[in-house]
Amino acid sequence: MLKFLGKRAVASGISLVGLILLVFFLSRLTGDPTGLYLPLDASEEARAQFRAIHGLDKPLYVQFFHYMGDLVRLDFGESIRRSEPAIDVVLRGFAWTLQLAVITMTLVVALAIPLGSLAAYHVGGVFDRIATFFSLIGASAPDFWIAIVAIVVFSVTLGWVPTSGTGSIWHWILPVTVLFIRPFGLILQVVRGAMITALSSAYVKTARAKGIKNNAIIFVHALRNALLPVITVIGDQAAALLNGAVVVETIFGFPGVGKLMIDSILQRDFTVVMAAIMVTAMAIFLMNIVIDVLYSILDPRIRY
Amino acid sequence: MSHNDPIDTYQPEIPDAPNAVMRTFRMLWNDKLAFVSTLFLILILLCALFGPLLLEDIATKQNLRGRNAPPFDFTKPWQFWLGGDALGRPLLARIIVAAQNTIYVAAGAVFFSLLIGTTLGLIAGYTSRFWSEVIMRLADVIMSFPSLLLAVIVLFMLDSSVFNLVIVLAITRIPVYLRTARAETLEVRERMFVQAAQVMGASTSRIVFRHILPVVFPTLVTIATLDFAFVMLAESSLSFLGIGIQPPEITWGLMVSQGRPYLTTAWWLSFWPGLAIILTTLSLNLLSNWMRTALDPAQRWRLENVRKKNG
Repeated sequence: MLKFLGKRAVASGISLVGLILLVFFLSRLTGDPTGLYLPLDASEEARAQFRAIHGLDKPLYVQFFHYMGDLVRLDFGESIRRSEPAIDVVLRGFAWTLQLAVITMTLVVALAIPLGSLAAYHVGGVFDRIATFFSLIGASAPDFWIAIVAIVVFSVTLGWVPTSGTGSIWHWILPVTVLFIRPFGLILQVVRGAMITALSSAYVKTARAKGIKNNAIIFVHALRNALLPVITVIGDQAAALLNGAVVVETIFGFPGVGKLMIDSILQRDFTVVMAAIMVTAMAIFLMNIVIDVLYSILDPRIRY
Repeated sequence: MSHNDPIDTYQPEIPDAPNAVMRTFRMLWNDKLAFVSTLFLILILLCALFGPLLLEDIATKQNLRGRNAPPFDFTKPWQFWLGGDALGRPLLARIIVAAQNTIYVAAGAVFFSLLIGTTLGLIAGYTSRFWSEVIMRLADVIMSFPSLLLAVIVLFMLDSSVFNLVIVLAITRIPVYLRTARAETLEVRERMFVQAAQVMGASTSRIVFRHILPVVFPTLVTIATLDFAFVMLAESSLSFLGIGIQPPEITWGLMVSQGRPYLTTAWWLSFWPGLAIILTTLSLNLLSNWMRTALDPAQRWRLENVRKKNG
């Protein structure tokens, strides 16, 4: 296991370096930030000075080696737009996103797994049809559309919850609900599919023949085996949330890392873009390793 | 060997194998939701193919006296039944015209990611450890590369055309097919018929494309159907954020975004195109569900024996 973890850490490290290389050079292709930050009539000397301050005057490869040298000392550079260390800006945003992701995924897992198992227990039954239909609608709806419809209905018309921002618990209700819908629908579908396969397998018949109680069969025998594909999908969905629910964060004015990333990309605040991508990528790599470990706990046949 | 053995003379009547098309159609008919979804998708496809040809003029004609005209006013011509937009253009006609870009982007992205992802996945699953590692690390990089950044970069370097958006979306979806194809290949390559082919001296490309690919493909097609819906949503999000398709081109996602400023006064501007997205992706999901059952030999009876079960 330790050897496996080491190998995975090395592989993730290689991927991370590849990612840094790609993002560094590709993001520079979007243009020079000088024009964005200085007034239109700024003199050529002022522009040159701006470039010198932010290290944009040297050739790209020199800039890259400078950046990597600083990175080794855990210096992520300074944000052009906010004049504070980029990593501080990013971690502040990431904390919000992390809370949002954890709350949403906890709710999703807590509800989708039991409901999906129930739907699989009577395939074609009334509950199955209702659950399937609604989860499919949930998986099909674009989140920005749900978000703006929800704002019109619950914030503007009914006035129950605030439209945007983060002050009280009430501010969290709409973003969490909107983010909840799609992963919930998807994971419920996957749980249902995996449980149908598991419940028609030989070991479940054996368990029934032995006279084991129904609940034990569903939740111990079948569910444990059905969970493997479910965990993969949970991982993918959680990764998507960690990458920042850009659209939802934008609509609800939520100061998460997704909104930060899109703002920084559009304003060519390269250091913040790099730091944001590295932080989220590391979180996602870490989560993938946790998922692999979970695999081997759930299915002892999987050995690394 | 006696030749008067009754078994030898008895000629059982072997019914013809059911026509594959008819059989598929009957399985589709037995799942009413999937049947309706298919009809709806055909309708959308027709809109995408012929909509701009027939309705381009109607959809772009501005009429400032009909700004934000409310829906369900049946005294007006049919194209205004769903209301008009901020420039008085008929919403229904615009939705039909926008179907083309929406569907083309999604179809193109799914096609290219399926093609490239499957090829790389088969290679990663069947060749040496080294190439497998390289390809998997590449997939990791793509997975963690934010698609938004990719979209902005492509938009700045190239134009924001339909084709460039297809490239962006195709790249971001490659890992899905790659990982599935690889995982399936790793399992299938250990099976007896692959070993038999190896022993008989089949070339690697023959084993991969003639023996492994047909087994892996149904899974990939099911994923592609589901992914079509996902790509449509991704395109809509990009267009909604203003880094996808740019006006005067239209897609459903862009229409939702254009209606956002009028949300409190004219909800229908954003509502109808959003509904078009939901209905299309819902149909794709239902169809993909049906395909998962129909393509799985162990589950297919659920669709075939409907009458027997009732009777």
